[in-house]
Amino acid sequence: MEPNDVIKAQLMDAHDLERTLNRMARQIVEKFDLDASKASSFALIGMQTRGVFLASRIRKIIQEVDGIDIPLGILDATMYRDDFRMRLKQPVVRETKIDFDIDGRDIVLVDDVLFTGRTTRAGLDALTDIGRPSSVHFLVMIDRGLRELPIKADFVGRRVPTLPGEEVRVRVLELDDKEGVWLVGRPSSPTI
Amino acid sequence: MLDAHHHPQFERLVYVEPTTEQTITGLDHRHLLGLSDFSARELNLILETARRFRDVLDRPIRRVPTLRGITVVNLFFESSTRTRISFELAEKRLSADTVNFSASGSSVSKGESLKDTAQNIEAMKIDMVVVRHQSPGAPHFLTQCVDAVIINAGDGAHEHPTQALLDMLTISDQFGKIEGLNVSIIGDILHSRVARSNIHGLLTMGANVTICGPKPLLPVHLDKITSNGQLRITNRLDEALEGCDVAMALRIQMERQGRNLFPSIREYHDQFGIQMHHLDSHKDLIVMHPGPVNRGVELASEVVDHERALILNQVTNGVAVRMSVLFLLSGQSVTE
Repeated sequence: MEPNDVIKAQLMDAHDLERTLNRMARQIVEKFDLDASKASSFALIGMQTRGVFLASRIRKIIQEVDGIDIPLGILDATMYRDDFRMRLKQPVVRETKIDFDIDGRDIVLVDDVLFTGRTTRAGLDALTDIGRPSSVHFLVMIDRGLRELPIKADFVGRRVPTLPGEEVRVRVLELDDKEGVWLVGRPSSPTI
Repeated sequence: MLDAHHHPQFERLVYVEPTTEQTITGLDHRHLLGLSDFSARELNLILETARRFRDVLDRPIRRVPTLRGITVVNLFFESSTRTRISFELAEKRLSADTVNFSASGSSVSKGESLKDTAQNIEAMKIDMVVVRHQSPGAPHFLTQCVDAVIINAGDGAHEHPTQALLDMLTISDQFGKIEGLNVSIIGDILHSRVARSNIHGLLTMGANVTICGPKPLLPVHLDKITSNGQLRITNRLDEALEGCDVAMALRIQMERQGRNLFPSIREYHDQFGIQMHHLDSHKDLIVMHPGPVNRGVELASEVVDHERALILNQVTNGVAVRMSVLFLLSGQSVTE
């Protein structure tokens, strides 16, 4: 967790997370009718930072269960955010690494938490500058509500109604010392 | 609990740096006046961010909306072509609004003072000022009379921080590191703000720096910096090139010199110019130059065009580094 976080509840443990990723992988395969021939017309793009790991796991599941190698890209939308100057903490520009042409592909954009929709908006703008996908779908582990823009997710791990001032923390072992999803309060810092 | 090391789904992605949000903050400085007091962490943050922005320059749309709504004025009291164009391009790539101001044909030629010029600009609601001035300390002076973020684009013989940053980005890309490298800076050290910024930055990053030039062009106080052992001074080019990884040649600045500090251009080239036989005898030597090059003076003409001369890489990196600096400093620029 981050400094000042007060844990209110654990929403998912590692097992829940894995089961939900498996379910969403099945939904993706079904929705896009994925088979080996679709590898050139489909791609997963994970949003920095934890979306990358969630996307990578979904890719791995589809690889193991269906034997299909899906291209995986990494997207950082920091340069496209509209609020970076309002934040207290300077955001870090992370790597964008998309080694394939996104033109004409069906893209599934992957992020950990959907909240105001502003990061998603920034991600869509970043994608638009890189190319012209034939469609973009959106996958999130947690939809916590409180949208400020007309954006919705196509694949949702779990819907969790939250209050302003609360935060949802998705933690993965690739990056963190524990795995799961937690609802936390932030008593001493303003929400942005 | 699942074990990260044995479960196949938890293999690490090699291309994501294992940094967490808790360990990273922005720069500790509000302005970029010089590199003398920048920490290695800050320098690394600028270089790493510059790499991300350089990726943008390779995309079909070479522009990001990051600095939309930010106004930057380029305040050039001294003539400059590539630095001004590089800053202007960096600002445009970031979607900032830019205003150019050069001393010739402006109110300065009518006798307006630096402070008055600055306050007039401030009254026009400017967020950031990129300033080049012939007097050392002019950018520092500006921080005291205006609220805007100040970026030094070269002040007299003091510092030229963005040039040193782009040099360090070029070196770090070439070798994958800066620490432990032997870098020789050759030429007119006395009048060179590029040398000064590079000495500060390279020493902070852990490089060994050798200063080489004709005695009248070496500053007398340099022994103050040599005390930490990483800085070496020599008057002999062959000594400077021995075991050297990067040779950074500086421009002989006729306009800044005003008097003859070495006998002739030709003699300078014979003694301190990097020539083909140097590249032949030092097979791994990389040559850099801040530009514009006097062909046949600091570098032999065929050295300039050699594949181990990284002069054009430096120019590309210049735009990326300036985007990085503008981005990292703009975070604090908005006044509520």
